[in-house]
Amino acid sequence: MSEKERPIVLPGEFLGNKEGKKVGENVYEEDGKIFSKVIGIPKITESEVSVISLAGKYVPKVGDRVIGIIVDVEVSGWFVDINSPYIAFLPLGEAVEEFVDTSRVDISKYYDVNEIIFCRISKVTKNKIVQVTMHDLHAKKLVGGIIIKITPSKVPRVIGRGGSMINLIKNKTGCELIVGQNGVIWIKGKEKAKAIEAILLIEKESHIIGLTEKVEKMLSE
Amino acid sequence: MESYILELLEKGKRIDGRKLDEFRRIEIKENVVSKAEGSASVKIGETHVMAGVKLELGAPFPDSPNEGILVVNAEFTPLASPEFEPGPPGEDEIELARVVDRGIRESECIELEKLCIQPGEKVWCIFVDISVLNHHGNLLDASALASFIALKNTRIPKVEDGKMVRGEYQGILPVVHTPITVSVAKIGKNLLVDTNFEEEKIVESKVCVTTREDGKICAVQKQGSGYISFEELEEILDLSFEKAKEIRKMVE
Amino acid sequence: MNGKRIDGREANEMRKVEVKLDVISRADGSAEFAFGKTRALACVYGPKALYPKHLQEYEKGILRCRYSMAPYSVDERKPPAPDRRSIELSKVIRLALEPAIFLEDYPKTGIDVYIEITEADGSTRVTAINAASLALALAGIPMRDLVCACSVGKIDNTLVVDLNGKEDNFSEADVVFAMMPSKGKITLLQMDGVLTREEFNKLIEMAKQNCYKIYEIQKNALKEKYKVSE
Repeated sequence: MSEKERPIVLPGEFLGNKEGKKVGENVYEEDGKIFSKVIGIPKITESEVSVISLAGKYVPKVGDRVIGIIVDVEVSGWFVDINSPYIAFLPLGEAVEEFVDTSRVDISKYYDVNEIIFCRISKVTKNKIVQVTMHDLHAKKLVGGIIIKITPSKVPRVIGRGGSMINLIKNKTGCELIVGQNGVIWIKGKEKAKAIEAILLIEKESHIIGLTEKVEKMLSE
Repeated sequence: MESYILELLEKGKRIDGRKLDEFRRIEIKENVVSKAEGSASVKIGETHVMAGVKLELGAPFPDSPNEGILVVNAEFTPLASPEFEPGPPGEDEIELARVVDRGIRESECIELEKLCIQPGEKVWCIFVDISVLNHHGNLLDASALASFIALKNTRIPKVEDGKMVRGEYQGILPVVHTPITVSVAKIGKNLLVDTNFEEEKIVESKVCVTTREDGKICAVQKQGSGYISFEELEEILDLSFEKAKEIRKMVE
Repeated sequence: MNGKRIDGREANEMRKVEVKLDVISRADGSAEFAFGKTRALACVYGPKALYPKHLQEYEKGILRCRYSMAPYSVDERKPPAPDRRSIELSKVIRLALEPAIFLEDYPKTGIDVYIEITEADGSTRVTAINAASLALALAGIPMRDLVCACSVGKIDNTLVVDLNGKEDNFSEADVVFAMMPSKGKITLLQMDGVLTREEFNKLIEMAKQNCYKIYEIQKNALKEKYKVSE
């Protein structure tokens, strides 16, 4: 017996006529017709046609909150791996409140290589130079815990409508959970193995309807 | 430059004043290298390619003991363009050599069975080496033409006591067909022949077609990172047949 | 030949096609495709940052492709180093896939496609292209369409599809063909041999029809993956 699935579209599959609609993410237009660029779930509304990709790398967007790993310390900033083909830079001015005399101070005392931060993407230039900032309500260094990575396009499912899914996992496992838009998830707590299992289940079956019930059942066992 | 080329193409013109289906001036010189058994120098516009044929005695391939061997090599000499660097052959050089090789081989223009001296033991090995001396576009057509003409005037050295005697000859290479290679390029919706260096920078796809004098097709190779429609393929074949006929007249 | 081919097939019959998805867990996308005994394993890494920097292209990503035959894949052991044929085929396969990929969506990055032929019995490059096309789609690489490929040729005066190893060697002509099926556009075309214009046209039509069949197989395999039943 197969469960109800949302329809999957493939690259090159016809989604509909443009008719004044906005050409959204992961679709392209040709001769007034719109086609999918990826394997994914189509989202067709009155005003826009787009596809949610079921795979693919994270492409940085201004405003996204992401979890990154410090990979290099420069004189006046840090390079951050944000799980993307594009590396990000955290300038000193965006990370620290006080004035720092870089000729005397080794800034690795603030953030050092391999440390994990939850930050916000503040700038993405046309040629994909990415800048992040810690000047954000939720930004902080993440200490302890572990990191897992999932397909970035599945993040909305892990969060759920109004946070319903992520709260479910938090409540059932008692773990601290932070989900980056870039598909990186930080988990801390005794029952983190259970939380990870739930997240991986969501990633695998993100296109299945009735997933919330399935996850709830799994976490209650 | 790109947009200027495109603008002109829409009007059916090219930057050097040619029509879309017009070749640049072709200059052919035969037997230019006395030390080679066969040679040719071909200029298409400013593009200059030389091909030399050297013959050696050697063992045949195990699966064709009665046939001579043909080997085609190409070198994009560093002289020819600021982009060419010395070193082992890159993918473009290898592709060019292999496409020229297939045009010659598949057209069966050389009777390889007539190049057997002792079946299973000794045959003639024909080495065709292409040197690109000046790169101004359309290297493939020029190389194929130079190679064919070099082969056409290749003399076979005398053989005495199983050894080759350089400088003394006993006949010419048995060449029985005239394969001609014509590349047709696509820029936007325009199909053109004999692209020059500037045009090649914006060519999306190219199809090179080798045809014989009897109207048969012997080799086709699509190049470039673009795509072509089935209708365009028809037009490309028509164009290459037509141009090959014209070039063949120059060669015969 | 007496109406059937060496392996008993009809003229317009392809060998048995086998498709396996996600065969290499570390890759961003991977797939295996087989025509009879000819088997190709393709995997995709990327888009990823390209170093050294001078390799990067400002406006779009770069597709890199490596076609390689395993030493044990053929009758006479093939030495591991890339030979001229593998170098040309790597280029040809790359150019068969490139028209389908939106490289402009990932400027300054590289997308690497690695193809390993684990067993070769004719028509390896089209097997490779079919596997690579699936691997690219599974990696989430934005594409205009899938790419389908097959070989056609003339043997004993008959026009046939999907040449096996022996047929490859004895054919009067062979054609290697790839296209974007829903767009109806040709991305790879190579021909060797001697054919009249009409024979060539017939073979192109044959290749096109068989590519549509391969498209159905690819589509079904992908859609099947996302069906979960419990």
